[in-house]
Amino acid sequence: MELIDQHTKRIMEGCKVRARDAGLRFGDETLEYIVTNRDLLELSPKVMIPTLYDYWVHDVEVLREKGKYELYPANPYETVINTRPAISFYNDNNPDWLNVMIFYHVLAHIDFFQNNLYYRHTWDYDFAGQALSDKRAIAKLRSEKGRWVDYIIEFARAIDNLVGYHETLARYHRPAPSRRDRRIDYYFDHFLQDLRNVSTTEYLKEIERFNQSRREHGAGGEDAFFLAVEKKYPEFPALYRRHCDHPPAGRQDLMEYLCAHSSVLKREEHHWMQEVVQIVRQTALFFQPQIRTKIMNEGWASYWHETLFLQDERIRGHEIDFARVNAGVTALPRIGINPYALGMRLFYAIEEGADRGRLDFDYQRLTDARQREDYDRATARGRRHIFQVRANHCDFTFINTFLDQDFVNRHRLFVAGRRLNSQKMVWEFYVKSRRLADYRQMILDSLYHPPHITVGPETAPDKDLFLIHHFEGKPLVAEYIPAVLLGMEYLWGHAVHLDTSEPIFVAEAAAQTSRESPAPSGITWRRVRYTMKARRLSKSNL
Amino acid sequence: MDRDPTFIDRAVKRGTLGEAAAERMRAEIGDHRPHCLTPPMPAADRRPRPPADLYSPGDLQVLQAMSAGALPPAACLQSLDELLERDRRREQDGFPRKIRVGRLVKPGRRGKQKVVVVPTTVEEKLIHDTLQRPDEEGPGGGGAGPGEEGEVVGEAPVRPDQEGGGAGPGQGQDAAHEVESNAYDLGRILTEKFQLPNLKEKGKKRSLTQYTYELTDRHRGFGQFLDKKATLRKIVESNIHLGRLPDPANIDPSGFLIAPADRVYRILSREKDYESQAVVFFLRDYSGSMTGRPTELVVTQHVLIYSWLLFQYERQVETRFILHDTEAREVQDFYTYYNTRVAGGTQVASAFRLVNEIVAAENLAADYNIYVFHGTDGDDWDTEGAEALPAIDTMLGYASRVGITIVEHGGETGGTTVERYLTASGLLKRRSDLLRLDVMPQEADEPRLIEGIRRLISGRLDPQPAAAAAGA
Repeated sequence: MELIDQHTKRIMEGCKVRARDAGLRFGDETLEYIVTNRDLLELSPKVMIPTLYDYWVHDVEVLREKGKYELYPANPYETVINTRPAISFYNDNNPDWLNVMIFYHVLAHIDFFQNNLYYRHTWDYDFAGQALSDKRAIAKLRSEKGRWVDYIIEFARAIDNLVGYHETLARYHRPAPSRRDRRIDYYFDHFLQDLRNVSTTEYLKEIERFNQSRREHGAGGEDAFFLAVEKKYPEFPALYRRHCDHPPAGRQDLMEYLCAHSSVLKREEHHWMQEVVQIVRQTALFFQPQIRTKIMNEGWASYWHETLFLQDERIRGHEIDFARVNAGVTALPRIGINPYALGMRLFYAIEEGADRGRLDFDYQRLTDARQREDYDRATARGRRHIFQVRANHCDFTFINTFLDQDFVNRHRLFVAGRRLNSQKMVWEFYVKSRRLADYRQMILDSLYHPPHITVGPETAPDKDLFLIHHFEGKPLVAEYIPAVLLGMEYLWGHAVHLDTSEPIFVAEAAAQTSRESPAPSGITWRRVRYTMKARRLSKSNL
Repeated sequence: MDRDPTFIDRAVKRGTLGEAAAERMRAEIGDHRPHCLTPPMPAADRRPRPPADLYSPGDLQVLQAMSAGALPPAACLQSLDELLERDRRREQDGFPRKIRVGRLVKPGRRGKQKVVVVPTTVEEKLIHDTLQRPDEEGPGGGGAGPGEEGEVVGEAPVRPDQEGGGAGPGQGQDAAHEVESNAYDLGRILTEKFQLPNLKEKGKKRSLTQYTYELTDRHRGFGQFLDKKATLRKIVESNIHLGRLPDPANIDPSGFLIAPADRVYRILSREKDYESQAVVFFLRDYSGSMTGRPTELVVTQHVLIYSWLLFQYERQVETRFILHDTEAREVQDFYTYYNTRVAGGTQVASAFRLVNEIVAAENLAADYNIYVFHGTDGDDWDTEGAEALPAIDTMLGYASRVGITIVEHGGETGGTTVERYLTASGLLKRRSDLLRLDVMPQEADEPRLIEGIRRLISGRLDPQPAAAAAGA
C-alpha cells in the first residue's frame, strides 16, 4: 500500500474545496492509498481495516452462504473507512476523471460518517489507532497464552452480533440530569416499585401524600415528606446512599454482562480474557452503524458524486465516460435492490418534496390528486432538509418515513416474486405487487436485524446462565446454536440455557398446540430450551 | 432388464419393502433415460450479475471494479499444515473441529484429475434463519420497470445440481474462490486418518511404501560410519597377501600397511521395501432413485477415498470403476465414473457379480489385496438379497475389505432394503473383519463422510459411536 501521488492528491484537495462549498462537513485530513489485488487479499478479511487484530479465521475461506450479512455486518469491499483521518483505497490505474467521481463519493461518505448520529460513538477516537493497540495487545497475549487467546476470540465473536449498539448510542443522547432532588426519583421509581413492590393504590396514595406535603409546607415540603418516609422505612437513607454510590449501569449487553458477572472471567488469572472480550466487543460496536445505514450512506454518496461531478469544471469532456460508469452504479436493476440507486433517488425525492413544501401538513391533508400534483410552495428548503435527514436517520427510519406511493409509482418499483417453472427448469421472476405497503415491507424485511437476546432474570452469579431470545417471527439458525452455547458455557463457567422458538411445519404440527400466533401459513411455533452443560447440548420443550 | 412390476407389490405385502421405497422402484421401472455424461460445466460465468440484495455491493467493486479474486495457491499452502494442526489441537482441548475441507475434485479425463483443496470454516453466531422452503415459491426481492402485476419479467436457471444429474458437488462453479492444488494436499489431510486394512503380502511386484534410508550397505574407501571390525579384517587380509604377517601366533600390528581401500564404512543407502499391492474397486449405484443428494454423497466419499489412495500409495494402487443399475458395467476412468448421469432400476447384485467375474478372469486374487467400495441408496429390486448375498459371500472369499455405503432417503424408518438383507444374513457380524456397512442420512456433511470412510476401513470394528452419529 502506498499513498497516491501528489498530482492525484491535488485533485482530491480540489474536490474537498468544492464539496465544502456545497455544504458537506468533514475533517481536513484524509489519507488515500493505492491498493493492489494482493493488498485486497489481506484487507478484505479484515474489513478494510489494515490494523485489525490477527485471527486465524481470516486465513481461511469462510463459508458465508447462510445468513451472510447477519454473520458479517461489515462489507469487506468498502472503499473508505471511518477512521480519523479517514482512509480510502484506490486502484492504481484509475483515470483522473474517474478519481474525481470516486473522490466526491468518498467525501460524501466521510461527511456521512462524521455527521450521522448513528455514528456518534465513533466520533471521539481513531479506530485505526485503537485497532492497532488492540492488535498488539492480542499479539502479546498470544505469545503468553498461546492458542487459548484464539479460543476466547472465537467465543467472543460468536456473540459479537448481539452487542448493545443502541444502548451504547443511548448513553450519548441522554438528556442532562435535571436539578430536581434525585431522592424523589429514587423513592418513587426504584424504592417503591422495585424494592417494596407496593400496589398501585398505595403508590398513588404516596404521590398524593407528597403533593399534600408540598402544598402544606411549600419549599420545605420535600424534607417534611422524607422525614415521614424515614420514620416508615428506617432503611431508606442507607439504601439511597448506596444507590448514589453505585448507580445501576443501565442495560448491559451479553458481553458486558459476562465480563461483569462471569465466574470464569472475574478470576484474577483470567483478566486477560476480559481484555480480549472487550476488544472484540469494541470492534463489533465500531462496525455496527455501517450496515444500518447502507441505503442512506450509499444514496448520499451517489447523490453527491453525481451533483458535484457535473458541476466540476476540471473534468469537462468526460461527461459520457462518467454517464456510463454512473449508470452502472446507480441504475435501478430490473430484479433486485440496488442501495445506491434507491438511496440516491430517495434523497432527490426528499429534496424536491421539501423544495415544493410537500413535507408540510398542508400538503399531506390534500386529497385531490390534481392539487397534489400541482402543489408547489417554492420553499427552497430542500438542500437544507436533506442535510438534516442525513444527520438524523438510519435505514429503517429513512425507508419508513420517506418512501411513499408517489415514489414507487414514479420509479415503477415493484416487489418481485419467484416461482419454479418445472418445465423449463428455471426460476421465474414476476411482478408481485406495486403497492407501497408491500414494497416497503420487502425492504424492511431485508434490512439487517440481529436477534434480540437478553439475560434472563433467573440468572445468578455462580449458577446457570439463562438466555432469552425474544421471538420476532423468525427462528434462529439451529445448526449454529451448539457452537455458540459451547463458547458461552466456557466463558460463563456454568451451564447455559437458551430459550428460543422453533417452527413446526403444518404436516407434523397437527398434534401440537400452537403457542404463538404470528406465523406464516402452515407453521406454528413452539418454545424450546437448549441447554449446554459440560459441553453437551440437550433440548427440551417449554 | 425389464421385470414384472408385481414383484414390488409382493414385497410390500410381505413387509420387506417400505411404501416409499416401493414408490421409487415403480418410478425406476418406467425410467428409460440414457446414462449420459453430464456436460462439463461451462467456464466460470463472468457476466456481471445484478446486485441481488442490499448488502452485497461494496464501493470497491461497484465504483472501481476491484475485488480480491482467488488466493494464490502458495499463500494457502503455507498455512494449511498450521491450520490442520490447530484443528487437531481443538479436539485435544475438548472443542469440536472447525476446519472443513471443501470443494474436492475436478475430475478430468486421462489422469488429469485436479483436486482442489479449500480449507473452509464457519463462524457460528446466533442469527435469524429464513423460513422459506427452497423448492417453493419465494420472495424475489425488489425490481423496477414496466410490467403488470403477475407478469413474468425474468428467469434464472435452477442450479444444475438441484436437477440431480450425476454431477458431483460444487465443481467448477465459482472458480474465483477456489485454490488449485493437487491430490497431494487432499491426500496429506486424509492420510493421517486412514490406512488400508488387512493388507497382506501378495505378489510383491510393487512397492507400496516410500523408500527408506538405512546404514546397512558397506562401502570401501568412504562412507558415513567406519566399520572397525570389518576394516581390521580387511587390513589383516591385505597384510597377509603382502607377506607382512609371517607368524600368526605373534602379530605385530605396528608393522601393518594400511591401504585406503581397506577402510570399510557403513554408507547411507536407499532401501526399497517391496510390499503388497492392492486393487480397489469403486462401485456406484447410478439408478434413477439415486437422483440428487445420494449420488452427491456417494461420489464425494469416493473422491475422498480415491484422493487418499493417490497420495498414500503414490499411484501404486490400481483402481477400477464400476457403475450399475440393473446391469453393471466397468468404466475406464474416474471422470466417467464421477459424471455419469443416473437413470434406470436397481440390481445391486449385478455389480458384485461383475467384480467377481473380473477378479476371476484376471486372477487378481493371487497377486493383489482387493478392496471394494460400494455406494447406494439402499434400494434393491432384489428385495431379499437372494442374488446379492451369494455374490457378496464369494467376494468375501478373496477381498481384504468390502465397504458398503448407504445414503438413506429422508423420512424412512426401518432401514433400507440392502441394509435389511445384509443385517438379516448375519454377514455383518460374522465377517466384520471383511465387510463393513455405513448408513448415513441424506443430510450428511463432509466430516460425516470422513467418519464414514474411517468406519469402512478401520482395522477393528468400533461400536458405532453415538457421538459421531449425532455430530454428523
